[in-house]
Amino acid sequence: MVISSTIADYDQNLHSTFASRYVRTSLPRFKMPDQPIPKDAAYQIISDELMLDGNPRLNLASFVTTWMEPECDKLIMSSINKNYVDMDEYPVTTELQNRCVNMIARLFHAPMGEDDTAVGVGTVGSSEAIMLAGLAFKRKWQAKRKSQGKTCDNPNIVTGSNVQVCWEKFARYFEVELKEVKVKEGYYVMDPVKAVELVDENTICVAAILGSTMTGEFEDVKLLNELLTKKNEETGWDVPIHVDAASGGFVAPFLYPDLEWDFQLPLVKSINVSGHKYGLVYAGVGWVVWRTKDDLPDELVFHINYLGSDQPTFTLNFSKGSSQIIAQYYQFIRLGFEGYKNVMKNCNGNVMVLKEGLEKTGRFNIISKDVGIPLLAFSLKDSSRYTVFDISESLRRFGWIIPAYTMPPDAQHISVLRVVIREDFSHSLADRLIADIVKVVNEMEDAQSAASMSRARNGTPSDDSTREMQRGITKYWRRFVQGKKTSSVC
Amino acid sequence: MVLSKAVQSESDISLHSTFASRYVRAVLPRFKMPDNSIPKEAAYQIINDELMLDGNPRLNLASFVTTWMEPECNDLMMAAINKNYVDMDEYPVTTELQNRCVNMIAHLFNAPLGDSETAVGVGTVGSSEAIMLAGLAFKRKWQNKMRAEGKPFDKPNIVTGANVQVCWEKFARYFEVELKEVKLSEGYYVMDPEKAVELVDENTICVAAILGSTLNGEFEDVKRLNDLLVEKNTETGWDTPIHVDAASGGFIAPFLYPELEWDFRLPLVKSINVSGHKYGLVYAGIGWAVWRSKEDLPDELIFHINYLGADQPTFTLNFSKGSSQVIAQYYQLIRLGFEGYKCIMENCQENAMVLKEGLEKTERFNIISKDNGVPLVAFSLKDHSQHNEFEISDMLRRFGWIVPAYTMPPDAQHVTVLRVVIREDFSRTLAERLVNDISKVLHELDTLPAKLNAKKEVSEENGVVSAETDLERQKKITDAWRKFVADKKKTSGVC
Repeated sequence: MVISSTIADYDQNLHSTFASRYVRTSLPRFKMPDQPIPKDAAYQIISDELMLDGNPRLNLASFVTTWMEPECDKLIMSSINKNYVDMDEYPVTTELQNRCVNMIARLFHAPMGEDDTAVGVGTVGSSEAIMLAGLAFKRKWQAKRKSQGKTCDNPNIVTGSNVQVCWEKFARYFEVELKEVKVKEGYYVMDPVKAVELVDENTICVAAILGSTMTGEFEDVKLLNELLTKKNEETGWDVPIHVDAASGGFVAPFLYPDLEWDFQLPLVKSINVSGHKYGLVYAGVGWVVWRTKDDLPDELVFHINYLGSDQPTFTLNFSKGSSQIIAQYYQFIRLGFEGYKNVMKNCNGNVMVLKEGLEKTGRFNIISKDVGIPLLAFSLKDSSRYTVFDISESLRRFGWIIPAYTMPPDAQHISVLRVVIREDFSHSLADRLIADIVKVVNEMEDAQSAASMSRARNGTPSDDSTREMQRGITKYWRRFVQGKKTSSVC
Repeated sequence: MVLSKAVQSESDISLHSTFASRYVRAVLPRFKMPDNSIPKEAAYQIINDELMLDGNPRLNLASFVTTWMEPECNDLMMAAINKNYVDMDEYPVTTELQNRCVNMIAHLFNAPLGDSETAVGVGTVGSSEAIMLAGLAFKRKWQNKMRAEGKPFDKPNIVTGANVQVCWEKFARYFEVELKEVKLSEGYYVMDPEKAVELVDENTICVAAILGSTLNGEFEDVKRLNDLLVEKNTETGWDTPIHVDAASGGFIAPFLYPELEWDFRLPLVKSINVSGHKYGLVYAGIGWAVWRSKEDLPDELIFHINYLGADQPTFTLNFSKGSSQVIAQYYQLIRLGFEGYKCIMENCQENAMVLKEGLEKTERFNIISKDNGVPLVAFSLKDHSQHNEFEISDMLRRFGWIVPAYTMPPDAQHVTVLRVVIREDFSRTLAERLVNDISKVLHELDTLPAKLNAKKEVSEENGVVSAETDLERQKKITDAWRKFVADKKKTSGVC
């Protein structure tokens, strides 16, 4: 005979969270709960809620890496408790960062001897990298102006209006004026000629983008360098160039090795690149490299000793994880030059597949160029009946995240859809995406033609016809949503 | 009969044992990207092997930053490793988790919020970023005010103690704000509120108080600072606010010292920062900045972007970053709750006491840290004639412990301390072991100088003997170290 006894604290014993109290009570939202809960319950609760986040790999809006090899995941996990800033305690991790900086500097043809060490640092992303580079330029310019006895309270930076938001942040937070070269329809990057015109004696640098966020295009840094050299000679100013190669820095050297955009051009003094974009590492690592020691003013570097020994630090962030730095080094030695080249070629191949598929529909204009970041930006030939925003929303029902947005001034009337091709976006996914886009467009065409037919039938629009139109549209949307059952998202 | 075949060039790929493969015999590329790829197992092994020479994070007693989390949390972090936090539109739940953390922390700090009001705050990569954002907000508010009054606004300054963490100095230098530091003095290692308020002038954008000084864990008297500053504000008509740098103390004071008034209960406190990765019990890479109310965060500092799909407000220095730590912070907050955090902090405090008592028993040390404060023990030698704290720190490393020694900031640079930070994963047994090892080190150090001094006397008498003395002295020292290392092999239990 089995003696049954009531379990007093059954919440602890019932390991199945789906039957425990903790799933029935609502999760504390704005105030810390008073009592602890078992760790499995905490895990399950959070895990369940996170299921409603989008699937990172289907997010075609982002350049940031969403897949790495399991071996690398292992390395990341084992170093998750290493605080990167403890250089004294983790000398190997610090050394790995230095090696990455040197590899990247050499990739960008920094003028160094065989045994020279490069000047650069790992950051949390290109935002931090750009702010550091901008700070260095600002400080150098101020020092120069002071020594010339001139005013230094109105620094400015010249760039295109297609810049990523972090340049605007830099300008606003560090009190530098942003002089933007407006883009225009058909020309969506910074025009070097116009840029050089905007340069004045208060310009601390001109920022060129290798891989514009909007269309993936590479700006003509070589032309900018030539024109700026001329202007510098005429005026006696020493205006340098910074290349924001956040996306392009790990694409150009592999796909377009003959393109001159880096330290090969004498006026380029610093370059930033995102390790977490085509550097093929998860979010959280960027790199900034300076041409030489002279381009990084000493006064910006701090020395601290309370972690045990002298440690120089020049970053905005202090404590942070070490995992991404180690992952970046892993990618460098795992793939090597040839490996990166293969990955980039593959991405480009998939872009072509997507491009051809879209061109076949006959409804889209391709805005992005063939040479540039592996992405596809396209707009509708005819936006009168439905827009790219409608398409973007409809595609979400299939699970795809494809953003639609307007171009920056002065081309705000142009809106585009953009698909970024990352390493983990395969040929078959490209085919599937084309099929889904075709589906969506056809549905919209049908919905529109049904609406216009009913309008035509009744002559003047009346309450009845409006209602019918609504009904017609609702019918099509309902069918559309039910058709969604076939989508295979997370 | 077995036909044996010579394995051709595929041997490198077939042999999965990296310890026998070519890739371990070839030198690892250091400064230039290698031309060719290598198998992923080899890449993993090579890096893993080299990283074995890094210190063991859990024995790093120099750092406040968390070095252990539950396996369930590790799983959550790994699952979110490929989520780019800034994609608010794509990951609405992760964004929501951040908002919940901000609200919980704001309530913990007694922000004046109504029941359904949302707190103003943001998750950052660490307290450095949080402090820079808070400082920026103060600077911008002050500039707007001065501009409205028609006064010059080109010389902002910030008043703080000389014991500030380096990020304040960074903020001052990068954002061109003057740093007016209140000097410390021997025996008083934090900012004196009276001296601080004296330094305040009309260009002061804020006074920064530290809850949990890096050097000795002490809490500054924010209440007194508030009272004095209110007086001065009333006299002068300036509106100088306070920022509390609670990087370490923010997750300690509410649990161990709930009556201590240091947060938004004091009216002049407009923003607070705290490190999630210190006593928030999350791995490195997360901090929090909270403002008292919307008015304390100027709108013009917030950016709106649309190219990721929908309107997203962003106010941080970093843009793309991982989501794992934010999720981990939320995990800790609901997993532990108020009760859980309190138990952990009480435990850390007790272990600090165990360590302190053990050190006091040796009768060789002065305890510099106070009992009330961050759970750490800062101590210096009573007698500096024979050795100093740096030697002790060096010798402890041989046991595996990383215990830093450093000098205090001006004007107490002549004082050197050793500091042990007690984290959640530093147990009582480890504390007792550490005391043991410190005693051992002291013992060894005692044997060394005694002989050095004797030889020194001899050499002073006959100058000729000095050369021999050197050799002999070297031999004595080598012997002592050899014995020391031999002992270590038996007793140390480090990775």
